Amino acid sequence: MVDELVAEDTLLQNLTKHETAPVKLETRDLSVSYGNNVGLSGVSMQIHDQRVTALIGPSGCGKSTFLRALNRMHELNRGVTVSGRVLLDGKDIYGRDVNPVLVRRRIGMVFQKPTPFPTMSVFDNVVAGLKLQGVKNKKFLSEICEKALRQAALFDEVKDRLNSPGGSLSGGQQQRLSIARALAIEPEVLLMDEPTSSLDPISSMKIEELIKGLSDEYAIVIVTHNLQQAARISDRTAFFYMGRLIEYDSTSDMLTRPSDIRTENYITGRFG
Amino acid sequence: MKGHDEMINEMRKIEEKAFIWRQIRSSAMFVVVTLSTMLVIAPLVIMIGYVIVNGLGAIDADFFTGELGSPARAMAGKETGLGHTMIGTFVVDTLALIISAPIGVAAGILLSEYPAHRLNPLLRVMNDTLNGMPAIMKGLLAFALIVRPMGTFSGLSGSVALAIVMIPIAARSAESALSNVPWAIREAGLAIGLPRWRVIMSAVMPAAKNGLVTGFLLAFARAAGEAAPLMFTSFGSNYLPDHWMGFILSPVDTLPQRLYALAVSPYKEWHTMGWGAALVLMVFVAGLFILARILTNKKLQNA
Repeated sequence: MVDELVAEDTLLQNLTKHETAPVKLETRDLSVSYGNNVGLSGVSMQIHDQRVTALIGPSGCGKSTFLRALNRMHELNRGVTVSGRVLLDGKDIYGRDVNPVLVRRRIGMVFQKPTPFPTMSVFDNVVAGLKLQGVKNKKFLSEICEKALRQAALFDEVKDRLNSPGGSLSGGQQQRLSIARALAIEPEVLLMDEPTSSLDPISSMKIEELIKGLSDEYAIVIVTHNLQQAARISDRTAFFYMGRLIEYDSTSDMLTRPSDIRTENYITGRFG
Repeated sequence: MKGHDEMINEMRKIEEKAFIWRQIRSSAMFVVVTLSTMLVIAPLVIMIGYVIVNGLGAIDADFFTGELGSPARAMAGKETGLGHTMIGTFVVDTLALIISAPIGVAAGILLSEYPAHRLNPLLRVMNDTLNGMPAIMKGLLAFALIVRPMGTFSGLSGSVALAIVMIPIAARSAESALSNVPWAIREAGLAIGLPRWRVIMSAVMPAAKNGLVTGFLLAFARAAGEAAPLMFTSFGSNYLPDHWMGFILSPVDTLPQRLYALAVSPYKEWHTMGWGAALVLMVFVAGLFILARILTNKKLQNA
């Protein structure tokens, strides 16, 4: 108990030292296991509003597992158990009275591979979250569609073919379409799981710029294998290793003066 | 060095011998494989040819509209019409599809979308067992469930019997059509705050549409050829009903069961007619299979 208090105290001090932005999302002793395999153990960290938080670490270190625990995405998979707490604005999203659907409306997610709904047009893809919930007002939907596509820096490229299938766009456009679709429901937090790893350098650059722009409005958490990318776009970086959070600091400090030897080994390319 | 050259020569000879043997083995296997393939195709080709040769002679205007099923007419050497039989087949089979499709899809959704569900393993075993049950027992079940309480043979009971034939096939094909849709689509749907059922209905099922339709067509084609479940359910009828409801509430003629009745009859004319019925049934079922193939190919092109 005392340890916990002390730990929280240090966290608070770190916060005042590095960050002035309010905490949007906080995990306390978050663990995830797949059957008998532990994917993540005892991660406590705070994610700030209007900041980009990068999660780095070697393959299988638990960073994607952590990300997916933040919007209860694990619930689709068999045999996954999550323990600990995830607080969104101080309220546990794993609480008994909380509807996971409502959680995911506030915490959006973009995946590694673009996932447009194959049978829907570009327009229907963007507004799917609203339209399929029963929003029928066409004018409202097309306003939202345009706004989301502009936010995702895609509007000018697709404005003349909003009715063609989402799958007809290029890979990079499809990924921005996926981002627009996530933004259309106006979430508060945006989780991104290696959103540029399947894209060419120019598309990746566009998405990085997009993320930097979006961080004025959203708390963004991004998993990346690319340290340069973390350096370019993130304010804070968390290093995961063997299912544990090893180090969490401002990105510039972390990448120039890591305090843990494992972090140093990773960012200098000794493993991973 | 002489010894070395001899050795090389020796090896060459061995290799040449082995080469000839390889060629002989290869040609022998080729013949075996070709013959086996022909044995697989032969029954189909012979069956289709035989039915066409014997059936075409039976088909004329009288075949469809002649006075129905009158033994006096048959003994006078005149044929009787099967128009009402074709309509009856279509009505009974379609109603069976309407009954079985939603149940099959529902089971397919449980099998594919909720792999962790407690009922899933049980459902899978039961479904496969039901599929393996003799079709005539499904007719008996429909007899007990529908014919006894109604007090009469009926098209409806035939549809129920055929629906029981279709359900396991529809469920399995719905399962495979749905699980062919990438898992990422489901996660993408959940990630934009849609409930699970909404994701299944609006994102997964439309993506699996061609596969679902193909599965129903195959189930439909399979059931369309079943005679056994209809013997004591839709029973057969010699007359076109006065009212369309007659196709559902009273005994109805269907092609497979009429084909059987004609084949075991003592009249030569009826045998000819049976060949005609076989031809019509074959064209109907083959048409469904071809349609299913076209839809499947379309799906492959889209993917």
